[in-house]
Amino acid sequence: MTTTHLIRAAETVDGTRTDVLVRDGVVVELGPGLSSAGASVVDADGLLLLPGLVDLHTHLREPGGEGSETVLSGSRAAAAGGYTAVNAMANSSPVADTAGVVEQVQALGDRAGYVTVRPIGAVSQGLAGTHLSEIGAMARSRAAVRVFSDDGHCVSDPLLMRRALEYVKGFGGVLAQHAQEPRLTVGAQMNEGALSAELGLGGWPAVAEESIIARDVLLADHVGARLHVCHVSTAGSVEVIRWAKSRGIDVTAEVTPHHLLLTEELVASYDSRYKVNPPLRRQEDVDALRAALADGTVDIVATDHAPHTSEAKCCEWDAAANGMVGLESALSVVHRTMVDTGLLGWADVARVMSIAPAAIGQVAGHGRPLAVGEPAELTLYDRDVTRTFATEHLAGKSRNSPYLGLELPGRVQATFHHGYATVLDGEVVDAPTVARAAETVAARAVLAAGEPASADAEGATSR
Amino acid sequence: MRHLLSTADLSRDDALRVLDVSEDMADVATRQVKKLPTLRGTTVVNLFYEDSTRTRISFEAAAKRLSADVINFAAKGSSVSKGESLKDTAQTLAAMGADGIVIRHPSSGAPRVLADSGWVEAGIVNAGDGTHEHPTQALLDAFTMRRRVHGAASRGRDLDGLEVMIVGDILHSRVARSNAWLLRTLGARVTVVAPPTLLPVDLSRLGVAVRYDLDDAIREVRPDVVMMLRIQQERMNEAFFPNAREYAGSWGLGAARFASLPPETIVMHPGPMNRGLEISDEAADSPRSTVRDQVANGVAVRMAVLYLTLAGDREDSL
Repeated sequence: MTTTHLIRAAETVDGTRTDVLVRDGVVVELGPGLSSAGASVVDADGLLLLPGLVDLHTHLREPGGEGSETVLSGSRAAAAGGYTAVNAMANSSPVADTAGVVEQVQALGDRAGYVTVRPIGAVSQGLAGTHLSEIGAMARSRAAVRVFSDDGHCVSDPLLMRRALEYVKGFGGVLAQHAQEPRLTVGAQMNEGALSAELGLGGWPAVAEESIIARDVLLADHVGARLHVCHVSTAGSVEVIRWAKSRGIDVTAEVTPHHLLLTEELVASYDSRYKVNPPLRRQEDVDALRAALADGTVDIVATDHAPHTSEAKCCEWDAAANGMVGLESALSVVHRTMVDTGLLGWADVARVMSIAPAAIGQVAGHGRPLAVGEPAELTLYDRDVTRTFATEHLAGKSRNSPYLGLELPGRVQATFHHGYATVLDGEVVDAPTVARAAETVAARAVLAAGEPASADAEGATSR
Repeated sequence: MRHLLSTADLSRDDALRVLDVSEDMADVATRQVKKLPTLRGTTVVNLFYEDSTRTRISFEAAAKRLSADVINFAAKGSSVSKGESLKDTAQTLAAMGADGIVIRHPSSGAPRVLADSGWVEAGIVNAGDGTHEHPTQALLDAFTMRRRVHGAASRGRDLDGLEVMIVGDILHSRVARSNAWLLRTLGARVTVVAPPTLLPVDLSRLGVAVRYDLDDAIREVRPDVVMMLRIQQERMNEAFFPNAREYAGSWGLGAARFASLPPETIVMHPGPMNRGLEISDEAADSPRSTVRDQVANGVAVRMAVLYLTLAGDREDSL
């Protein structure tokens, strides 16, 4: 597989057209009319060139949940969606609360080679919310964890939350909170309101999210720590975060694609594809979240890609698992909800889906500007097509997408990670080819480092 | 009608058709031979994921009076906790040739999931799903009200202008939801009365008036019908109200409050009753109580529902 690619006539986010020559994982030349000698040419005429997308919130399910997703299959889903890096949530089994687990997840990601896999460490042992996990050991491990989260569970104990914020500060890390007051959400099945009353489903009140965010921004302010809020879903949460930012509190926030597009009305079918936590909310919330993403109150889009087996979804509503897959569809949903509506331009999309998430997660080598000498983490996107989203567009293991049958704009034509293609002509490149390319990159890194014992390549060998 | 899943889907004509057929079915019970051959050769499965002896035997009696073969399937312990999934159970029943499935399930929406799934071709009758709906209970309540109001001249009549007050745990009550929609469709006005803890935060989709104080409500609304709902003992432990005495004093139909009702007001209860909590002996045993009528009418209404879902033109949806 060639390591030199010439991307011909792509349009950058600022509207200029350029060729991009990529060699050995790096952008080596930019400008019109570059020579294609020795390079494999990718015709990008009319395609948009984005920095490789970075997801701060992905469930890869491995170890423990391999029936729904593996690091490899989730990496493929990510590449198909134009991602070059994902942050893998800690709620695996065993939980990612020790250095051993996070190093293994990172190694599996390196070996698969589709994207950079950055493990997120659990805040509390076993996500139980009582004792801090080995945060320091995870931070000092080969995985060098910088994001900590009990996602799936809220760190609800205010004292544990305070301690975690303080402790993580010592490593320059960030705590990503799943804001859900557990006592206010006992038996919660959907957004609480008129529709939950009609459907007879347990309500998940907005205040259960908003009260935790309010508490946490005040705690973060008090101890001078960084806070990141996962999957903000209500208009009230937006107001709290806007207030916190106006006070100079160091908080960032994410919104999922599904909370930008879908509303609770879909639940009336009792179709469990629409069951997700936090739940789908009202149109007013969707509108507030779009406005917040547009004005920067919400910093980034994160997928909360949550694969589930058919068995876990194909049942009565309250027995069904929470979550929906989202990596493959995220860019199209943002295109429809934010770009087609005029709320964001493509440079903003690059910011909220690549540059800012890479900064929040401290994902080195991603979300970089397009310039000579920068890492070749790139995505080519065709804005001019429309597709009826279908299972053939899903590249992971699970099929629990809420968008099946929906018209979505755009599609990812090519993704380049470390300078090699993971998606080409709209098709995910096969796993052995990608793994070989990843090995070559690892070997090159070892040579460049000149000190094999300390290089990442060791982590990529079998363990 | 293909299925009966919800009263919210029923038009006024559909609802009146069920009630009128129920009148015919009630007449059967007055004959010497209380049985019709209508559903001979048809298999009805009572698929009950919750214990509810009253509802199950009502459906069983209804099916047998129509000469259907009845299979009782007590699938207690849903797929959440143990055993077979709803999908596998449904496919098993389909393979056995069930023509109708009467389902009681602790999950709201389970009958809808079953009807939409394609797992089974049978007609589905919702016999109570979670805290969502209990459509045959609402139909038998409406039937009972109509007979009390219009007597022998009930056929073809609706409940126009009737003031109905539903008192108690509205939040968790499938009876309240099904009644709210059906009674509104039939022209009645519905007021719900409960402590705010036992009301949904937003009732706008139920189409009912809301009151907190029962004595004020009785004085100002002058109800034709008061329907008392069962209070589950566990609600006290969940801090919905402080204790039984306070609940009974404020929202129970005690002797004095019963005496304060307009003289023609009827008292309903879907059963089983907690005497001394939401209802007193004076109210429950008075001639104005319809509790036993409701049970008797339940069989007739369920006969009508089974007849219309299983013997009629099933493509013609209600």
